[in-house]
Amino acid sequence: MLIYAVKRFGIAILVALTVSVLSFSMIYLSGDPAIALAGEGASQEDIENVRRVYGFDRPIIFQYVDWLLNALSGNLGHSNYLKSDVASVIFERLPTTMILGACALGFALILSIPLGVLAAIRPNSLIDRIALTIAVIGQAMPSFWFALTLILWFSITWRLLPITGTGSWLNFIMPSIALGYYVTPAVMRLTRAGMMEVLSSDYIRTARAKGLRPATVLFKHALRNAIIPVVSLAAVQFGFMLGGSIVIETIFAINGLGFLAWESIQRADLPMMQAIVLVLSVFYIVLTFLADMLNAFLDPRIRVS
Amino acid sequence: MSERILEVEDLAVSIPVSAGLLRPVQGISLHVDRGETLCIVGESGCGKSLTSLAIMDLLPKKAKRTANHIRLAGEELGDAGERVMSDIRGNRMSMIFQEPMTSLNPAYTVGNQLAEALKRHKNVSDAEARDRAIYLLEKVGITAAASRLGQYPHQLSGGLRQRVMIAMALMCGPDLIIADEPTTALDVTIQAQILHLLAELQREFDMGLVLITHDLGVVARIADRVSVMYAGQIVEAGSAEQIFTSPAHPYTRGLLECIPVPGKTRPGERLGAIPGIVPSLIGDMPGCHFASRCPLAHGACNTAQVALQDASDSGHAYRCVLPASETGTVDFKGAA
Ligand SMILES: Nc1ncnc2c1ncn2[C@@H]1O[C@H](COP(=O)(O)OP(=O)(O)OP(=O)(O)O)[C@@H](O)[C@H]1O
Ligand SMILES: [Mg+2]
Repeated sequence: MLIYAVKRFGIAILVALTVSVLSFSMIYLSGDPAIALAGEGASQEDIENVRRVYGFDRPIIFQYVDWLLNALSGNLGHSNYLKSDVASVIFERLPTTMILGACALGFALILSIPLGVLAAIRPNSLIDRIALTIAVIGQAMPSFWFALTLILWFSITWRLLPITGTGSWLNFIMPSIALGYYVTPAVMRLTRAGMMEVLSSDYIRTARAKGLRPATVLFKHALRNAIIPVVSLAAVQFGFMLGGSIVIETIFAINGLGFLAWESIQRADLPMMQAIVLVLSVFYIVLTFLADMLNAFLDPRIRVS
Repeated sequence: MSERILEVEDLAVSIPVSAGLLRPVQGISLHVDRGETLCIVGESGCGKSLTSLAIMDLLPKKAKRTANHIRLAGEELGDAGERVMSDIRGNRMSMIFQEPMTSLNPAYTVGNQLAEALKRHKNVSDAEARDRAIYLLEKVGITAAASRLGQYPHQLSGGLRQRVMIAMALMCGPDLIIADEPTTALDVTIQAQILHLLAELQREFDMGLVLITHDLGVVARIADRVSVMYAGQIVEAGSAEQIFTSPAHPYTRGLLECIPVPGKTRPGERLGAIPGIVPSLIGDMPGCHFASRCPLAHGACNTAQVALQDASDSGHAYRCVLPASETGTVDFKGAA
């Protein structure tokens, strides 16, 4: 287990370094960063000044190491647009996005795992078809369109839920559904496939041969094994949702990281965008690592070797 | 007369498949007394596993079972519902499977899976269940039994896993054990140990044992009685002595000629082989199932309904139109 954890950790670090290089190089995407920073109509002298002050004249590797060390110590740069420290803005917005992601994931799991299990117990039954329909629709429907449909029904037609803002928990219902629905199909199909495979395995026959009750066979012996891959999928999907919330947060005007990203793109606020990409990527890497650890914890064949 | 533990009469299984209705088990009758070992032999695919699963009521969902009687210690189970059956399974009647590598749940420790079998049926504490598990693990020849309780199946070899499965089958002290080819998946050296162990435990705990195998050498060593299966039917049944010394059915004779007998088969002597293939079991089949491969088959064999008939000795029956005196002329040696 320890060896496994160390290996996974090493891989996570390598991926994080790669991501940091990519996110660092974003600064050069729009051409000469000094020109961009100096602003329109700046004189050649101003530009040279900016270049020197920001250190863009140094070898790129030094710039990167400097930037990385800064990022590691929590200094993610300065937003010229907001005239404020990037890190503090990001960490102010992050909790909202996390809450949205967690609610969306919760919604997706609560909907898809029971449906997947039911579909597996009775393949080709009505419930299986309903689940399949939900999955197909979920996969085919763009999340922005689904979000707009929800707004149309629940806010405009029936006037049940507020459209925008983060004032109360009611504000999170539609965004969570819109965001979570998107991952429902994958989780449901994986649960179904996993359960079908496990239910036809020899150890389920053994469990029944012991006279165990159907619920014990289903939950203790079957679901416990079928859920292992679903856990990793859920963790990875959580990462996707943090990134994917850009669209949803924008539609519902939720003041999270996604909304911030969208605003920053519009303002060409490069340091902010760079930091958001970095933070989200690192989050994603941490989640993947945690998923691996959870997987190992759930599967004794990895945990105890 | 000793206590009759299991009595099965006219058991049949049918499974709908794309080509029609598969009838892998067609009218099996058998019985086992306390302290007795019944061996069911027959080649691969003749319906041995489905017969045992049918007795346990563990058939796949799409399979349909019918039977005149399935009686466990006198109690009729043929029409028992899942509730009654689940109280009996693992409690009064246990099964050991062909595949030790995959028959234990990888997610739980050996101790957990053993204790669970006992706690489902008996009102015992965790400590009592643990003690029973340790006692039985020692009984099945596992050393350092207490420390094995915390191990996971993947940490054990195939032979050890099958021993754990045997211990698990014994947890509630059943009247009957059905062992479906418990050694087929194991090393040859371990096969003998496991079979020896089963025979010993059967004597010690005074249970009925149904042992399914296609190894006639094993049968010769531990069977009290033998049922020979062919294509979904029992073609011959009798005491081990009767089957080995005076086999009455051409198929049984063929089987016996296929194995070398220590002290009887001379080095270099040709062994027999039964030509042809097992018939398809889809749909109805008139006549004798073995007719297509039987050197003695004649016109009537393909059409007549062939019933089990008594051979000369009591308790010895075979399914053939010929009198036992005439089947003796069958010879499979030339066919090899
Ligand atoms: N679930 C199933 N669906 C369709 N056919 C099946 C199913 N299970 C078994 N059969 C068929 O039924 C027949 C009898 O199978 P069974 O497993 O009882 O054979 P067996 O005598 O145990 O053979 P072996 O010695 O190989 O274990 C075989 O022809 C097999 O292909
Ligand atoms: Mg079998």
